[in-house]
Amino acid sequence: MSVILKEVTLASGTRADIRIEGDSIVEIGTLREKGVDCSGLMALAGLVDPHTHLRQPGFEASETVLSGTRAAAKGGYVAVTAMANTDPVADTSKIVEDVFALGQASKYSFVQPIGAVTKGLAGKQLSDITAMANSRAKVQVFSDDGLCVFDENLMRQALQKVKEFGGAIAQHAQDPTLTDGSQMNDGALSIELGLKGWPVLAEEAIIQRDAELALETGSRLHVCHVTTAGGVEIIRWAKKQGARITAEVTPHHLLLDQELARSYDPVYKVNPPLRTSVDSIALLEGLVDGTIDMLGTDHAPHSSEKKDCEWENAAFGMIGLESAASALHQVLVASGAASWQLFEKVSSQNPAKMLGLAGYGSIQAGARANITLFDPAASLPGATPSASKSSNSPYANLTLQGRVQHTIRDGHFTMFDHVLKEFDD
Amino acid sequence: MKNLLSIRDLSKDKAIELLSSSNEMSAVNRRAIKTLPTLRGKTVVNLFYENSTRTRISFEIAAKRLGADVINVSSEVSSASKGEGLKDTAQTLEALGADAIVLRHPMSGAAHAMATRGWISSSVINAGDGRHEHPTQALLDALTINRHFDAGCDFTGLKVLIVGDLLHSRVARSNFLLLNLLGATVIATGPKELMPTGFSEMGVTLYEGLDQALEQKPDAIMMLRVQKERMQADVAFSASNYQRSWSLTEERLGQLKPASVIMHPGPMNRGLEISNGAAEDSRSQVLEQVQNGLAVRMAVLHHLLGGQS
Repeated sequence: MSVILKEVTLASGTRADIRIEGDSIVEIGTLREKGVDCSGLMALAGLVDPHTHLRQPGFEASETVLSGTRAAAKGGYVAVTAMANTDPVADTSKIVEDVFALGQASKYSFVQPIGAVTKGLAGKQLSDITAMANSRAKVQVFSDDGLCVFDENLMRQALQKVKEFGGAIAQHAQDPTLTDGSQMNDGALSIELGLKGWPVLAEEAIIQRDAELALETGSRLHVCHVTTAGGVEIIRWAKKQGARITAEVTPHHLLLDQELARSYDPVYKVNPPLRTSVDSIALLEGLVDGTIDMLGTDHAPHSSEKKDCEWENAAFGMIGLESAASALHQVLVASGAASWQLFEKVSSQNPAKMLGLAGYGSIQAGARANITLFDPAASLPGATPSASKSSNSPYANLTLQGRVQHTIRDGHFTMFDHVLKEFDD
Repeated sequence: MKNLLSIRDLSKDKAIELLSSSNEMSAVNRRAIKTLPTLRGKTVVNLFYENSTRTRISFEIAAKRLGADVINVSSEVSSASKGEGLKDTAQTLEALGADAIVLRHPMSGAAHAMATRGWISSSVINAGDGRHEHPTQALLDALTINRHFDAGCDFTGLKVLIVGDLLHSRVARSNFLLLNLLGATVIATGPKELMPTGFSEMGVTLYEGLDQALEQKPDAIMMLRVQKERMQADVAFSASNYQRSWSLTEERLGQLKPASVIMHPGPMNRGLEISNGAAEDSRSQVLEQVQNGLAVRMAVLHHLLGGQS
């Protein structure tokens, strides 16, 4: 099968046609043949998400691997992860292989399972990390995400363990002793709203500790969803010291801030919490200067029962796969803060590298044809129907700038003109 | 205006309008026949998930004086319980014909949830949500100050001191907002661990000690109730220490200006945050507050349900 994309704009700004044969890009240049008119569209390396909750097994009312990968394709993603906080927890080679197989069965996106660092996410005992690394799922990154690996000794052991095969620990930095019952960012607003605060220290103290452990062990540490200006500063410092540390930021922490909690609408309740606009600016600066390496959606679907209630009773989390590209475009490129090349780097190249995935991150002859075609002149209305099984998007009342128009995964359109391809098998 | 959830939702003009109409309701309450049946045929439900006698009775009498039917629903709910309850309860009450739900709930934001998420179209009045707000209390406190000082709803030049457990107090939060809206100078003091500095961003000047705060010569002093049920869990809490440092004792009465007023949202812990002498001092407005509460709640119900915008 052959696909010709006519007149795309590459991240470099170059206009070109692209010829795809099978699952590969075979030629970029000026082609004589007719093809899909892509004038006005950016052709970007297909998006890769380092932080996705697909909820299967155990929480299929919120999302499944299939529905989550459909949402991924709709958002321009060609590869996503599957966080380990499922039921049962992904802490054995059996579970990660099951999830991997579900991913292989979906044509919409590659699915890389993330293994749990500790058994049952209980933070007491390391899970069988080596077995998961050696499994068919080839897990390279381990995380107790949703929970923090709080025990310092255990974190150190985990870092040493993954070093044996070049893997990484992705830490959800949250000191549980400082956040018992916390509902939103700690500060004057949480005081006014009468909701228990979540101090920035709870995040920063763990990032600092882990950065020092990463320096000591020489292991790879990935910091999930950084949200505070201080956290960015610590990571900047750690990188200067030579730590092998990567960090991600979510679209919602770049775009939204704690003022939204005034509505007491739990769609804005998320872990870690929305912080202040000062933090959002520091996060953007960190992303632009390379302190923060990548965007991670932290796509966290919840069925409406878990959100349509009082704030304190509601679950933490927001969906984000379908809005991430538009959100990143708005805050990074349309704002003038950075180039399309940086967009491509933080949304595709760097996450693929962190996850140890080959075949993603660049558009060039010979590369696998994983391409997101993005229309910067279009917009994404908040009310756009979702392919996710959940609808807890924080952008329902916002229109984001720019929209993914087509998604190509391994040479095949998974979405064409905003419409998901339906596959027979 | 459909709901009263937070003082933040009120413009200055709207607050003044509510206070003026409360004044008219006070006049009704002084008549031999204390009814103004503008809400005949309407149903008001008092839905209380926390114990409260005076607020519930105040709303009940207010609604009855306006001719509404009143139903009281009390329910125990722990903050850990799952949340389906509130939505279903609200929808059930509306299906039974509730035009307004007066909600008291242990969770901050519960009234917002009930009113703003499309669950129901009935009016919702926040009668206290967690540690967030208690707007009708602030309105009745403002009415009390307004009447006493004949301030014409302009509190410029008036200094109000709020004393006690600010952290857990929804009364304090609503008062901070409304007093500022009306132009008062708002100062507060309380035990350090119960006085987060974040309150300064609500337009409040915080003082470290009661005596220091009294030196500012407030025109009104509001003593917050010590929430014993909360304090008993706190091993560090000592009633005698609290009384010594934070009570409006008879000795401290002497530091108050002769023309000032003493207020308390009730119920009072006499001998703890307020002495008998202070509660019964000629400057005490505690019973006026109760009467004004009735007027304010009549005015609020009338505004929300009486067809006035």
